Amino acid sequence: MSRLLDRVLPFPSLSLILWLAWMLLSGFTAGHALLGAVLAVLLPLTTRPFWPNVPRIRNLPRMFGFVVVVLYDIIVANVSVAIKVLGPLKSLRPGFVEFPIELDDDFAIALLASTISLTPGTVSADVSQDRQTLLIHALDVDDPAALVAEIKQRYERPLKEIFEC
Amino acid sequence: MDTLIEWLVSAFVMIGGVFALVGSIGLARLPDFYTRLHGPTKATTLGVGGAIVASLLFFSWQERGLQLHEVLITLFLFITAPVSAHMLAKAAMHRDLKRMKGTRGEPWKQ
Repeated sequence: MSRLLDRVLPFPSLSLILWLAWMLLSGFTAGHALLGAVLAVLLPLTTRPFWPNVPRIRNLPRMFGFVVVVLYDIIVANVSVAIKVLGPLKSLRPGFVEFPIELDDDFAIALLASTISLTPGTVSADVSQDRQTLLIHALDVDDPAALVAEIKQRYERPLKEIFEC
Repeated sequence: MDTLIEWLVSAFVMIGGVFALVGSIGLARLPDFYTRLHGPTKATTLGVGGAIVASLLFFSWQERGLQLHEVLITLFLFITAPVSAHMLAKAAMHRDLKRMKGTRGEPWKQ
């Protein structure tokens, strides 16, 4: 039975997100709930080859905590970047910072890189072939080591706990 | 109640507008490609975020029911914005664009 469920719904959370997205777009009616459910089953099945082993979320409460921290950081950092952009540009100290990755999973690394880009002041520019180093461009960095330590503590550690990788 | 909602909606429209404006000013003012990359990627988060919260409040109030279309915009934006920023940065390194004076660290050879 669970084998069958696995075959029909290879990625339950992806199916749930697709279904919710469909419902949000087209309104909560019985017809759309059914159509959305059909799509939520068919789309993951047909696109399966494009999803190489996505890790499972092992720690859901931690995941919500992570989302809250990131949203908070986006707001705070946005204000500080706005001040820097409007202030004297001569005092900016931009720099490329190399970040040693401790995550083992491609998907988790992609999430980390996206989080770094979403929080203002830092953009992830590249990841090394061996997935050991992330190159980050920072708009104004005083101490590169402190930036790395902050990203490790605020984003990488929670991600490591969420996916246990 | 109506006035309260109107004030809230106006406040969020203003916040969103201000951050979108700052993002554009950054695009015009910042000296090199890499620093300019920071302006627009940030404007999309709070700038669009403010507009989205305002729209969510306004239409939920008008239609007397929760309207959540806007949440999807945020979701798609948060998925796509970092990817485009990443591709732009990679392209810039590939073309070896010049960096502003005082930039520390080195971009990687592509």
